[in-house]
Amino acid sequence: MWRFFHKLASPPHFYGLAARMIPWFYAAGLALVIYGTVAGLFYAPVDEEMNDGFRIIYVHVPAAYISMSAYMVMAIAAGIGLIWRMKLAHAVAAGAAPLGAWFTFLALLTGSIWGRPMWGTWWEWGDPRLTSELLMLFLYFGYMALRAAIDDTAKADKASAVLAMVGAVNIPIIHFSVEWWTSLHQGPTILKEGGPGIHPDMLYPLLGMILGFTFLFGALLLARVRTEVLQRERRSRWVRNLIMPAGEAA
Amino acid sequence: MSGQEKQVPGLLGGFGAIIRRDLLLAWKRPGDVLNPLFFFAMVASLFPLAVGPSPEQLMLNGPGVVWVAALLATLLSLNSLFLSDFEDGSLDQIILSPQPLPLLGLGKAAAHWLLSGLPLVLVSPLIAMTYRMPGDIIGVMMLSLALGTISLSLLGAIGAALTVGLNRGNALLSLLILPLAMPILIFGARTVSLAAAGDPVAAGIYFLAAYCMLALTLAPFATAAALKISNE
Repeated sequence: MWRFFHKLASPPHFYGLAARMIPWFYAAGLALVIYGTVAGLFYAPVDEEMNDGFRIIYVHVPAAYISMSAYMVMAIAAGIGLIWRMKLAHAVAAGAAPLGAWFTFLALLTGSIWGRPMWGTWWEWGDPRLTSELLMLFLYFGYMALRAAIDDTAKADKASAVLAMVGAVNIPIIHFSVEWWTSLHQGPTILKEGGPGIHPDMLYPLLGMILGFTFLFGALLLARVRTEVLQRERRSRWVRNLIMPAGEAA
Repeated sequence: MSGQEKQVPGLLGGFGAIIRRDLLLAWKRPGDVLNPLFFFAMVASLFPLAVGPSPEQLMLNGPGVVWVAALLATLLSLNSLFLSDFEDGSLDQIILSPQPLPLLGLGKAAAHWLLSGLPLVLVSPLIAMTYRMPGDIIGVMMLSLALGTISLSLLGAIGAALTVGLNRGNALLSLLILPLAMPILIFGARTVSLAAAGDPVAAGIYFLAAYCMLALTLAPFATAAALKISNE
């Protein structure tokens, strides 16, 4: 068990392992997203109140879900990097931030497009979840701006790790305090007492999309971390051997 | 050996010495304390000029304006929290000193609150009067501002410690701290609005007090970690 983690923490081992995992993640993600898209857009029954407008949840909900999980991945990886001084964990945190920011932006965009026909406005400050997604985006921006402002990678890793952990403590508080405002948003539909409140034909495509987005996020994250590792280890022997195999070296 | 140990001040001694030193420094340079206060008053006077002077609108917006102005003024003063210590090398001495660094960070935050938060709280009734807020909510407003600015000083100390010594640190600090400070702003401003409408305010005050306790217990450790990273 421990040996597995030690091996995983070694950059060359991770670099190779990630390369083998990425195609599987892409395949699983694409298959689930195609299933979710087809089933969600063509076979799921029409909603009574929202007509076909509800179908944007097949993008909106998974994007919002990833935007939160990406921050948790980032904060946990940053914490592991800070506490156990594991360089690979810092690379994971650095790779997760821009992806999380993009998914947050996607959630905001789709939420705004959904809001236009439903609430008659592109933006509604009274909706707590839209507002906390916006704050989430600002948290990602702050994290990335701090990284960008520090030239030394090791220092940027540690400083941004402190920020990510402070942010992780604050996120539940931010969500709760924004909830305290009046709520216009749809109540939670999946995790409700007494089982899901939506038709299974609507639910399964949604779950498929959430899982599919997770796999795609995993594939993109692995790809980002691979390049991050490559850049960080550019002076090490294994990277040189990788770029210029011993036989070809001039 | 024992003679040497006596010269090292205890925990409270180090904590008190940091606060005394910062208060003395501020006394020698009063501009650092007064500028954020003037800024607070000016931001608060911008709104009636921009939005219009109708009394109903002022009463409605007053709590929010006072809170936004207080948040911005605190941010303005936070930038210099560790800057002079960093530039003249006393930050190295603080980190190397035998007292635990979180305690000294707490001392810095406490001094910052005494020099920026407390004056804001004391000046805020003046702003409230110009916004025609009823006299009986001034107590609630001052209490919410007091609890909120303590949290802001503690939270801001983390950001100031992370950005000390960086170019462009000023704008960066705001970018880091503002999203984190949002719960304080929401609850602070809402509590004052509720008080103005005659509704019960206990929940808001409790939340601000709870946040303040959480910040008091956790923020000094994050500040200490950040100081060590920024200064290595």
